[in-house]
Formats: sequence, structure tokens, C-alpha cells
Amino acid sequence: MMPRCLGLAILAAVLLFAFGLPLVNETDPTAQSLLNALQPPSAETPFGFDHLGRSMSARLAAALRLSLTIAFVTLVTTAAIGVALGALASWRGGWVDRALVLFADSIVALPALLIVLIAGLILPNQPLAFWAGLSATLWVEIFRLTRAAIRAQIAAPAVEAARLLGFGPIYIFRTHLWPELAPVLRATFALTFAAVVMGIAALGFVSVGVRAPTPELGLMMVELLPYWREAPWALLQPVIATMATLLALTLIAGGPKV
Amino acid sequence: MLLSIGRSLGWRLAQAGLVAILVGVLSFAMMRALPGDMIFRIAAARFGYDNVTAENAELVRSQIGDPAGISAFLGWIAGLFRGDLGTSLVTGETVLAEIAHQFGATAELAGVAILLSLLIGPPLGLWAGLHPGGWFDRATVLLASVFKATPQFLLGLVLIVVVAIGMGLLPAAGHGEARHLILPGLTLALGLAANTTRITREAVVQARDSDWWRFARWKGLSERQVVLRHGLRHVAVPVLTLIAAQFVALMEGVVVVETIFGWPGIGHALVHAVFHRDVPMVQGTALIMGLAFVLINALADIAARVLDPREAAQ
Repeated sequence: MMPRCLGLAILAAVLLFAFGLPLVNETDPTAQSLLNALQPPSAETPFGFDHLGRSMSARLAAALRLSLTIAFVTLVTTAAIGVALGALASWRGGWVDRALVLFADSIVALPALLIVLIAGLILPNQPLAFWAGLSATLWVEIFRLTRAAIRAQIAAPAVEAARLLGFGPIYIFRTHLWPELAPVLRATFALTFAAVVMGIAALGFVSVGVRAPTPELGLMMVELLPYWREAPWALLQPVIATMATLLALTLIAGGPKV
Repeated sequence: MLLSIGRSLGWRLAQAGLVAILVGVLSFAMMRALPGDMIFRIAAARFGYDNVTAENAELVRSQIGDPAGISAFLGWIAGLFRGDLGTSLVTGETVLAEIAHQFGATAELAGVAILLSLLIGPPLGLWAGLHPGGWFDRATVLLASVFKATPQFLLGLVLIVVVAIGMGLLPAAGHGEARHLILPGLTLALGLAANTTRITREAVVQARDSDWWRFARWKGLSERQVVLRHGLRHVAVPVLTLIAAQFVALMEGVVVVETIFGWPGIGHALVHAVFHRDVPMVQGTALIMGLAFVLINALADIAARVLDPREAAQ
């Protein structure tokens, strides 16, 4: 239980920073002032300024807001698709089940980053592309877990009795299946969230994600990398922010079951 | 046993077919949805951005026709059956030749990564699993979580800054010599090893708890003999399945790691093909990656059945 609390605490701190900062300090994350270029952290500006004199704290918070918002929306979408299709597959069985599993197996064979890259070309803006591309690939894991968990439950006497009593599928899902499913899915939800944050940063890092000057964690690392000798503290900030978020989510997901 | 292998191969074959169709539909959807005239984009890739003129564009158009049309899609599917993936719109080489060239570099990198991860992961997991709850076990599990949470590009970045620039031991980029392989290989391997360590550890812990392990100990085998004679084989199955399942993550890592380390492989090619709207190259690379995944999983299915006949016997 300890690691999970620690993970939740870290995530809460990251969320507080990302969404709370604009409330107290309204610095524009893209406002430049070359006089401040690479100013190290001081008492007034505890995060310092980047190579173009932009406020690191405002940029970091904006980058985290972007990643966390996309991750949240993507998680909701993948959860809806995954649970719905998983329930459908195990409920119907037969060829519906086989077709859905085959479809999921084939999606898994394609690299997610490729699908995101292609979505980036089809859709007009990058956050939308991240959402579409990552949702299109990440639902598979949730689908598989849901299908496996529900299959065991559907044969249970409680579900059979409820069916015989004439309850509809939605009622049965809510009262009998969901309570069994939720704890199984929690870890996967945390890892899916982490996968989105990681994917956005990775694409930003290889410069095919969000375009400058929009603050984004991976992009900030590339921008600050040339200055690692003069301003290691600046490069470390997005690195630490990314790692803290991912580690928190991994901790929430929980370690191996012994 | 043969029947179950046959059934799983049939499934993999259906998977391969659907992968091909998905790749085709996705890439043609991309071509149709792209804003702007892609002929100009291809002309830019061929002649350079400053030399795109209407004449050059017409020249390109007369050579390749409408690459986003339905007939082009059907032609591509028909070509698949002849083993013909088409011609790169940018270089004019056949896609197969281009990919064969790049795939070698990627296979080299992926092979080194898997080998390194096998040298790191299973031994650690084995030792940790044999002493569950000890300090070594807890340290390993913690380290595995940290490495699992670390994105590959970040690991690559740290390795470049620390090993290549800070200590000056190994080159940060380049291709051709063995020393160029170490950093990108290690970047991929550490992420993979985090997972193999955890899986090995759990399999060992579970095995130590099983009846057959207790029986082997009871009949007088030493712990060491049980591990070597029975344990390794039992642990090999989940590790093998995991490596096959991680192949796609490896390919994804390859896209990122090749871009960071400037490795001339298939991931690098894919990113460039997407940029230049080189449809046949996007289709070709995506298809090869997808089919390689299916093939490797099919092989893993067979290997798992050979290693562990218990499942087939049921």
C-alpha cells in the first residue's frame, strides 16, 4: 500500500503544480526576453529561464498541462472503447469474439508511434492526432483484460440468475461485472496514462510531435540539450517532471503480484 | 500437439492478412486526407525544396500517376501476392530493395538489444526470485520499476550525456563499427531487461511454490540441480513469450533510438517516408514491421509448445 500512496502523492503534486501555477502566476509560457536568457534559478523565479529567456516554470506547467490533459482524454476514450468491445466479445462469444480478438491482435502488430505519425498527417492539429492515434492503439490492452475478466464472470451463477430474472445487459454489467472488473483495470489505466505521457514526450523528442514554440516536455528537452553544460538545471527540469509523472503512475499501477 | 500448432499457425496467418489490409487502408486514408498536392511534396523530396516548379511536378505526375487513387490501392494489394511492394516515390528504387538495405541495420541493433537484455534480465530475475524478500530482490524490483518507467529516449539522452560526452568512452552516433552498437543497443536493452527481470522473478517465485519443485527437492535434488534441470525450462516459456510480445515495443523503441543515435535503419526510414509522403515506403516498412511481429510470435508459439508440452497435453 505504501508505494501506491507515494505514487498518488507525487501525482497530486505534479497536478497541483501544472494546474495551480497559472492561477497564481500568469506569465505567458511563450513570452521571450533575451535579457533573461539562461538566468539560473533565483529567489523570485525558482525555476529560472530558458535559452530564449522564457519562464521555465510557466513552460513546465504548460507542458505538463498539455500532456496530462491529452493523457486523461485518451484514457477515457480507450477505457470506453476497450471495456465496451471487451464486454461485447465475451458476452456474444462465437464469431463476434473471434473477429474482435483478431482485430485487436492485428492492431498490436503495428507500432503505435507509426499510427500516431500517420494520424498527425491526417488530422489538422497535433493534440487531436495524439488523442486519435494513441486511442486507436491503447484500447487493446483494456479490451483483452475486460474480455478475460468478464468471461469468467458471465458463467457465474449470480449472472445466470440475474439473466433468468429478466434483467437487461446494462443492469448486469453494472451490478455484477463492473465491480469485478474495476480492480483489475486500475493498474492498466495507470499504465495507459503513463504510455500516453511517454509517447507524447518521445515524439516531441524526435521532433515529430508538437511544434515549437508550444511547450512540451520532450521538445523542451531537445531545445535545452545544447545548453546542458551552461544550464544543466534547465535541462533537468523537464527530465525530472517527466520521470516524476511516470514513476508516480508506475507506483500507482503497483509492482509485480507476489 | 501438431494439431494445436496448426491451429495457432492458422490464427497467425489470419492475423498477418488483417495486418496487411490495415496497413493498406491506413496509408491510403493518409494519402487521401493529406492537405496540398502530394505530387509537389514528392517533387520537393526528389529535386530539393528550392527547385520545385510546375514542370518538375508534371514530370513526377506523368511518371507515377495518382498515388492516392482506388486503383493504386487495388494494385498494391495485387502486388503483395507477387511479393512486389512497389517503388519508392522519392528514390525510384524498389521498396523491397530499400527495406532489405535498412532492415539489416535494424536487425543488427535489435539483435544486440535482445542479447544484452537476456544477459541482464533473466540472471537478475533468477537470483532475485530464488531469494524473495531479500535486499537483492527488493533492490532489483525497485530498479526494474525505475527502468520500466524511464522512456527510451530519456535513457538514450542520459547515456549520450554521461558515457559519450561526459566520459568520452563511446561514440554518440555513427554506424559501421561494433562500438557504435553499444549505446543504442544498451538503451533498448535496459528497457527490455526491466520487463524480463520482473517476469523471470515472478516465474521463479511461482515455481518455488509449486508441487513439482517441492517434489524435486524432496526426492533429494539440490536447489542448484532443481534450478538447472527443471527451473530454467519452466522460466524460459514466459520469458520467450514476453520477448516476442515486446517485439513491437522494440520496433517502436527502434524508431526513437535510431533517430537519436542516427542509426540508418528501418525506423529512421519510416519517419522520413512519412515526412515525404512516400506512400509505398510507408506501406512497405509498416507492413514488414507488422509481419515480422506476427512471424516472431508464431515462432514463439511453436517454441513455447516445444519447451512446455504441458499446455498441449491438456
